[in-house]
Amino acid sequence: MKKTVIFGALTAAGLAAGAASAATLDDVKARGTLNCGVSTGLVGFSAPDANGEWSGFDVAVCRAVAAAVLGDPMAVEFVPTTGKTRFTALASGEIDMLARNTTWTFTRDVDLKFEFTGVNYYDGQGFMVPKALGVSSAKELEGARVCIQTGTTTELNLADYFRKNNMDYEPVPIETNAEAQQNYLNGACDVYTTDSSGLAATRAAFEAPGDHVILPEIISKEPLGPLVRHGDNEWGDVVRWTLNALIAAEELGVTSANIDELTSGTDSPEVNRLLGTEGNLGSMMGLESDWAVNAIKAGGNYGELFEKNIGENTPIGLSRGLNAQWTEGGLLYSPPFR
Amino acid sequence: MSDMHEHSVAYVRDSMLEQQPAPVTETGLVKWTRTNLFSTIPNTILTLVALYALIWLIWSVFPWFANGVWDASSIRDCREMLQGQTGGCFAVLAERWNQLLFGFQYPSELYWRPALAFILLFVAIAPVLFFQYLPSKMLVFTALYPFLAYFLIWGGSILAPIFAMVGLAAGYLVYQRFVAKSFAMGFFGGVIVALVALWILTSIPVDGILAMQQVESRQIGGFMLNLILGTVCVSLSIPIGIALALGRQSSLPIIKWICVVFIEFIRGVPLITLLFVANVVLAYFLPPGSNFDLIIRVIIMITAFASAYIAEVIRGGLAALPRGQYEAADSLGLDYAQAMRLIILPQALKISIPGIVNVAVGLFKDTTLVSIISMFDLVGMIRGPILASTEWNGVYWELWAFAAALFFVVCFGISKYSQWLERQLTTDHR
Repeated sequence: MKKTVIFGALTAAGLAAGAASAATLDDVKARGTLNCGVSTGLVGFSAPDANGEWSGFDVAVCRAVAAAVLGDPMAVEFVPTTGKTRFTALASGEIDMLARNTTWTFTRDVDLKFEFTGVNYYDGQGFMVPKALGVSSAKELEGARVCIQTGTTTELNLADYFRKNNMDYEPVPIETNAEAQQNYLNGACDVYTTDSSGLAATRAAFEAPGDHVILPEIISKEPLGPLVRHGDNEWGDVVRWTLNALIAAEELGVTSANIDELTSGTDSPEVNRLLGTEGNLGSMMGLESDWAVNAIKAGGNYGELFEKNIGENTPIGLSRGLNAQWTEGGLLYSPPFR
Repeated sequence: MSDMHEHSVAYVRDSMLEQQPAPVTETGLVKWTRTNLFSTIPNTILTLVALYALIWLIWSVFPWFANGVWDASSIRDCREMLQGQTGGCFAVLAERWNQLLFGFQYPSELYWRPALAFILLFVAIAPVLFFQYLPSKMLVFTALYPFLAYFLIWGGSILAPIFAMVGLAAGYLVYQRFVAKSFAMGFFGGVIVALVALWILTSIPVDGILAMQQVESRQIGGFMLNLILGTVCVSLSIPIGIALALGRQSSLPIIKWICVVFIEFIRGVPLITLLFVANVVLAYFLPPGSNFDLIIRVIIMITAFASAYIAEVIRGGLAALPRGQYEAADSLGLDYAQAMRLIILPQALKISIPGIVNVAVGLFKDTTLVSIISMFDLVGMIRGPILASTEWNGVYWELWAFAAALFFVVCFGISKYSQWLERQLTTDHR
């Protein structure tokens, strides 16, 4: 009898230990910092400033999650990753989550065993041409010389698009964005194509950004979002709903300016549930009831983050486009908080 | 004829002629120009073309420097100030120089520590580089320097480097004790004792005892990282390379084959692959949360890479020695270690100097490859954080020129030193 009890206790302890090693949420709380993988540098999305502080649109997601879990948006250890090291860093447990303009694809989700927790930026491949060319649609690019980064999906998308529209083009293969910039400005190619956020950032670095236009056609789907490891659904929920809270906050009109006022109680039950003054959504996830308040206070709601980092008043000057709320013709649609 | 001479005696000059200057065309600048620049028609044409190219270069680059903007907050600011004139946007260097040199995470109030370590580096390597002129007692400082530099750059408790030093010293003492009997016994005994001592000593907790503020490895970056990797890997890979070269020539088959396989495997693999192994693959084998320092992993890989190359360079030096030198050493009754130390290696190494320097310079430049595994060395800083900041996206020339200048200074220095050393060591009478 006694033996059985001891064995039972041992088994329970073993199971608990096994579970603990899988529970990223507990690890993060115990550590007191969130290890968040970001890009080593992408204009507007993640870059350290002159004081070494990280900022950017992807970085803001990390800060929001840290604020939701730990109550402190600065409790983030940023782990810079390159396109080649990002997935192993996540799979090996070096980072708790990855927010690095990573496209959500089937193989990454299923085969690489990651879980995308949402989309924080709907990107897509676009075209940039000099205004002087007088082109207003990608359909008019018959016979154009196109600067294209080799070995990427953009190359395949381009070929597909031109074949579908029965047009010819002359590819000018280039290796990096910097090289593309030089070639394009020197007139070695008429068109530069890459993800439209990248086009906007490239254009922002030109001497006369106004002389170049980004054509309205988007020829591929590049939903970028934060991701976590497969198999730890509690942690995945935390990251997913933190992102949703930012999106829902914009939809419900909760901003970093009026949040303190709203926390004292409103007539809207959904705002109350989001901000934790009604219901117990936070404790269901194992977080404090004011988790969403902290997440939103970290840098503002989705719209505020967008405006601050990549919006029309920044040098990058991206318009909301697909990234507007569903109520305004965009794709952002947070499931209800109830 | 003799009477003619008598006649000529009638006139005797009694005052010296004024000394005349040599003809203008045969002296000074004019002669130098004529013989060196305009000696033949093809040479004249070449000179004029080269002169034109030089003037054109200066003409076009000078305004870029002279008009350069040193005080602006972003590239758009720069352009506004320049009003379309040619001019560099050097403001990026003025704002981010500390990040370029030390990385963006190194605490700025601690910059004096790596700076001091850098200055002391010269004191430490001077007795090695200029061994003919400096007292050999200065080598004591050289031996202490690695531990001092570690303490300065990484901080933490002073006991950690002291323990490491004690461990190595214990190994060295054992080596001294037994090397007289047998080199192998001394060598392996020393290594084992050092490892055991290090293992015991590192298990003692030293946190916070006589400590300076600790800096994590991932906070180290910029040109400092290139210098750390370059210095450490070059100084480690030369002795390892010598050992491998000798091992490859050994008559003991196991040692020989270990060395051959190591050298050929490492030389057959690109450095970038080894760096990926260090960064990515090792992370799978280590238990999550265990922290085997990334810089140490990278140092091990780069050192392995460089020592394989240096081993081949030294093997070339050994092969170039006449067979008679080996036989002479044997006939003097020297054993293997003595023969190598006193006769063979001094000559072989002298022959190998240009090759070793070649590898060292190449290795130093290869340290920029670590930017691909997301370490922020000088190139990583430029490609990543600085060019990706909204303020400085698009400033290419100024940043890369700065990086090129830093690397050029170091590599040119190494190259000049090696030429000087070769002249110092010349013993033949060519």
